[in-house]
Amino acid sequence: MGKGIIGKKVGMTQIFDDEGRIVPVTVIEANSCVVVQVKTESNDGYDAVQLGFGEVEAKALNRPKLGHFENAGVTPRKYLAEFRSRNGDWSDVEVGDPVGPDVFEVGQRVKVRGVSRGKGFAGSIKRHNTSRGPMTHGSRYHRGPGSRGASSFPSRVVRGRKLPGRMGGKQVTVPSAEVVRVDTDRGLILVRGPVPGPRGGILKVESS
Amino acid sequence: MVDYIKTIESEFLREDVPDFAPGDTVVVNVRVTEGGRERVQAFEGAVIRRQGSGLNESFTVRKVTYGVGVERTFPVHSPSLSGIKVIRRGKVRRAKLYYLRSRRGRAARIKEKRTPRP
Repeated sequence: MGKGIIGKKVGMTQIFDDEGRIVPVTVIEANSCVVVQVKTESNDGYDAVQLGFGEVEAKALNRPKLGHFENAGVTPRKYLAEFRSRNGDWSDVEVGDPVGPDVFEVGQRVKVRGVSRGKGFAGSIKRHNTSRGPMTHGSRYHRGPGSRGASSFPSRVVRGRKLPGRMGGKQVTVPSAEVVRVDTDRGLILVRGPVPGPRGGILKVESS
Repeated sequence: MVDYIKTIESEFLREDVPDFAPGDTVVVNVRVTEGGRERVQAFEGAVIRRQGSGLNESFTVRKVTYGVGVERTFPVHSPSLSGIKVIRRGKVRRAKLYYLRSRRGRAARIKEKRTPRP
């Protein structure tokens, strides 16, 4: 845990490293983060920094939110997220300070958190990677979830039984993604491999 | 809005890629690092496929060495290629020349493309 940013997933591509190897990367845009609130041990019970991201028109927000931004003296933002401060990571920032991609270094590991793409009501094959039965030869068992359990004992379905249901649209964390490049001019970071969510999705990126 | 992906990719795109197509015979000069020393290795053969677009484009070269077919796939814009040279233009009627794999010797020949004199 440590310094971080709120960003927007731009998309994926691949680049070449120094040895000519292909590196798959996700591009994350993070140019308009700003410190909206600094929480302290004495005042709030813990140390943290609240960042805002994404410009938004003032009329889109309600009065309490507007007041919150007014107190901070920053223009209204669309998204807010809190980053815990451990070992004084954030001790050098104050309310109103811009926070950009330069909080990361190339090669360091970051946690990337986002909301995965919603898949709707999905069967157990897609949702839990169960296997399917034969489609032909009179099998009568194709893509179903199988047996739910025994009969009179225990007379109920065991908790956690893998069944169809809503899939995706949940928060997913990539625990240790490598930062491949930090582009302060364009306000971008490039992270190795995929991250959750669709293009344009909002991500929380934090040093791990 | 700026297309960030395009701008990042454009940094890596090579401008010295010659115009070549499936059926052409090419020499690919590959930089190989072994034991801290770098040298250039040539791979000559027929292009049997080009796949992908932009920075993600790759091509496959096939040659037959000591009776064994060898295929290598390279990214078109890879910085570890020191150059691609077209030595012969081939006349072929499809984009993927996988049929060459099941052919040997004379049957695996590719006709040369004759360009009309200006």
